[in-house]
Amino acid sequence: MTTTTTSGAGRVEARRAAVRAGLTRGWLETKYSFMEAGDVIWYLAFPVIYAVVLLFMRGSTVPGTGFALGAMVLPSLVGMSIALGGLTGAASTIAVDREDGTLLRAKATPNGMIGYLVGKILMFALTTAVSLLALVIPAFTVAGDLRLDLRTAVLLIMIFVLGMVATVPISVALGSLFTSSAQTGLLFLISMLLIIPSGIFYPITALPGWLQVVGQAFPYYWLGLGARSAMLPDSLAAAEIGGSWRTLEMIGVLGLWAVVGMVLAPIVLRRMARRESGSTVAAARERFMTKGY
Amino acid sequence: MRAQAPPTSPGPAIDVRDLRMRYGTKDVLTGVSFAARRGEVLALLGPNGAGKTTTIEILEGFRMRSAGEVSVLGQDPARGDEAWRARLGVVLQSWRDHSRWRVRDLLGYLARFYAPYGTTDVPRPWDVDELIDVVGLTEHADLKVQKLSGGQRRRLDVAIGIVGRPELVFLDEPTAGFDPHARREFHDLVHRLADFENTTVLLTTHDLDEAEKLADRILVLDGGTIVADGTADQLARELTTQAEVRWTVGGRRHVHAVEDGDPTAFVRRLLANDPDVTELEVRRASLEDTYMTLVHRAETAGGRPSAGGEQTDRTEEVQA
Repeated sequence: MTTTTTSGAGRVEARRAAVRAGLTRGWLETKYSFMEAGDVIWYLAFPVIYAVVLLFMRGSTVPGTGFALGAMVLPSLVGMSIALGGLTGAASTIAVDREDGTLLRAKATPNGMIGYLVGKILMFALTTAVSLLALVIPAFTVAGDLRLDLRTAVLLIMIFVLGMVATVPISVALGSLFTSSAQTGLLFLISMLLIIPSGIFYPITALPGWLQVVGQAFPYYWLGLGARSAMLPDSLAAAEIGGSWRTLEMIGVLGLWAVVGMVLAPIVLRRMARRESGSTVAAARERFMTKGY
Repeated sequence: MRAQAPPTSPGPAIDVRDLRMRYGTKDVLTGVSFAARRGEVLALLGPNGAGKTTTIEILEGFRMRSAGEVSVLGQDPARGDEAWRARLGVVLQSWRDHSRWRVRDLLGYLARFYAPYGTTDVPRPWDVDELIDVVGLTEHADLKVQKLSGGQRRRLDVAIGIVGRPELVFLDEPTAGFDPHARREFHDLVHRLADFENTTVLLTTHDLDEAEKLADRILVLDGGTIVADGTADQLARELTTQAEVRWTVGGRRHVHAVEDGDPTAFVRRLLANDPDVTELEVRRASLEDTYMTLVHRAETAGGRPSAGGEQTDRTEEVQA
């Protein structure tokens, strides 16, 4: 047997090299993505829509208070963008990468799957971060009502990282379950349904009890709450469940999602990848050439 | 021939015994056995649907077999780990994966995975610029993959397949869709691999000419089993037992097909019995003729190969 590669230390070193390669991959893919007009439009479309909505809300206040309505909604939108980007984005790319043979290349490379996953997570983190920055910029128009200080920045970064770690692995697992890239629309639809009880557009405390439970089971609510805790004055915590930002609970629930995702994703991905071979990619190509999808 | 000792078990690069594959009720492989020595270039030749791709995907570890024993570089591909994977090269037929990547970026990225698997005997990976030069893509190194022509893209596929300096390379229908020039360049590349790097190569093709040009040894796969195994010369003798004897008597042309064995006895008899024979011609079927018969039969009947025993010698009179 060889000296380094089959020993435990060698295996660890090989995996580390794969993680480093994956970081390069994530960086390169982000760079390539920002060189495509279509991708850039996609990243900036939602922030621009939000910005327009916020503009229309200027001058309106939360009923019964002097608090700007736009300032109230913005943090929830930040939370939603993190969750939506993380949950749907990775799943749809996985489905495409599987059809065009990208995953098969990863499989043919030693530790290639590690590199692929790390690359995907980094790319989603970077592109979502750009979208978020674009989203937060209009917030300065209502800055008087929002908290925008060091604490805000630290908390937002923490929520962003936690949100990515909690959603991207689950998304990868879901994307692996799809049999064709056309099915990713379904995931988008489910996400939209889950946003209803998330407290993002409508206060969760006004919902029936069972719907509050459903809402609190998914990352949408917690990421929205986290973003509110970062950007809203402490006095507004009174409007939340329990009258508190519940930061520890947030870390707990998102952490649980992260753990479940980290455990599930490699298993599901590996199971899916096991079925990939030159002939499955050839079959997908055949289908694409004849049917056009 | 072997300058470097192989880093692991010195046995054959590939050892397949009674490999079987069944999809549902359909038997695709009905007992395939062969071995490849280290440094050997082996062509798996056969008509479409003979089971070539299934065989190679099992060896690559991409497909689970139904039965049989398989050893690739000393390991069972069904349980191959990443260190085993690092010693293999799989040349995939790219389609549109990594289409936004630049050629040098993609090779550089993939090369990094192999660095921890380098040994003093086998430094891994290839130097990326050197490899780009070897496959003739230096001018295109900064192009996006999607801008490459079909032939350039296949050369990139080969570069990706060998970037980790594999001991064994799999090529599945490597020149499908190539023009003659691209095919020629590709053949040179495979020769180079085998000669300079002492790499074992297993390629599949349905093109006899390609198999003859590239391979040290040809395996003919038909009906889910190996029907012939040897060099092109051996195959010509082994597979083509048929010979034709043509002659003229009294202005009439005759053809006699000798189905099995040596036509000498027939000719001796013919000459002894008929002193008027002129324009005698004995022609052995070429390997190509025999292979074409095989392909034709696979395409029309899909039946099992016959040993050629049911036909007996016969003579026909033909128009001159």
